[in-house]
Amino acid sequence: MRARVFVTLKPSVFDPQGRTIADALHSLGYASVADVRQGKYFELDLATTEVATAKQLAAEVADKVLANPVIESYRVEVVAEPTAPVGAELAPPGGRS
Amino acid sequence: MKFGVVVFPGSNCDEDALRAARDVFGQDAEYIWHKDTDLKGADVVVLPGGFAHGDYLRTGAMARFSPIMAGVRAHAERGGPVIGICNGFQILLESGLLPGAMLRNRGLKYRCEHVYLRVEQIDTPFTCAAKQGAVLRIPIGHGEGNYYAPPDVLERIVKNRQVVLRYTDPKGRVDEDWNPNGSVSGIAGICSEARNVVGLMPHPERACEALLGGEDGRVIFESVLEWFRSAEAVALQPVRSATLQASDR
Repeated sequence: MRARVFVTLKPSVFDPQGRTIADALHSLGYASVADVRQGKYFELDLATTEVATAKQLAAEVADKVLANPVIESYRVEVVAEPTAPVGAELAPPGGRS
Repeated sequence: MKFGVVVFPGSNCDEDALRAARDVFGQDAEYIWHKDTDLKGADVVVLPGGFAHGDYLRTGAMARFSPIMAGVRAHAERGGPVIGICNGFQILLESGLLPGAMLRNRGLKYRCEHVYLRVEQIDTPFTCAAKQGAVLRIPIGHGEGNYYAPPDVLERIVKNRQVVLRYTDPKGRVDEDWNPNGSVSGIAGICSEARNVVGLMPHPERACEALLGGEDGRVIFESVLEWFRSAEAVALQPVRSATLQASDR
């Protein structure tokens, strides 16, 4: 199984990078981008076929290492072995050169 | 008295710390590699500045798992003095030896300059030779020194008098314009509940010689020397009274 872990600063914690990115987007004319929060993304390849086990394992390592619970929260998604690299759906039409 | 300066891969203020302890203050001082497991008899442990383990994941996040940290934790739990400077402070936060966490500087810039600090507490091993309210001019150099603690934790550390140093203006007044990184409540340094573990973002080891632009950092080192002198004096007391009692009989 593959687990995807998304780590972001808690909503109560100011994110200076996200704010700066939002300001940059506003200066480019994207007024409708109300706010940006920057975070981290992890892919874990797990030697298990059980969704529940995979979720539990990913949450455990997120708690212990990937996120700092003082300032960050995380979200876990578990997917079967992807055929295309994760993130490919983010590539612009025609793919990246 | 012996200083142990822990060296992580990526530490870069270890030499400055060793030089201050050994050459400026004439103390025994030794490097301790992060993969070592014992502190080589160090009385004071210094976690120096730098970029331990490349600051991968988060500043200090990987260093927390270095083998030496078990020894540092045990030393701290015995009441031994531990000081974390800059990256060392970040490591203490990630290890849970001090409360809170670091965020990117408010202005996103790496700040490398002299700042003014007010000494808030003088009952720690690293500030006991300072005057309450003294203003120190000491350099900083960091990109992630924006100290954060959730409201309940902040309330607790303020109530327990764990805020040891605050960023101020040159006259010692807390002023957001003189806060270089956006730290909550202007916090530049804190101590543990037991007060023997201290973390600070500014670099006292870079401010111990006039040639380097100032000597205000000396008081941090002088404090720990003073702290051991008074501890020795206290330790001698019971011995003396025991001797007296023995001779009385």
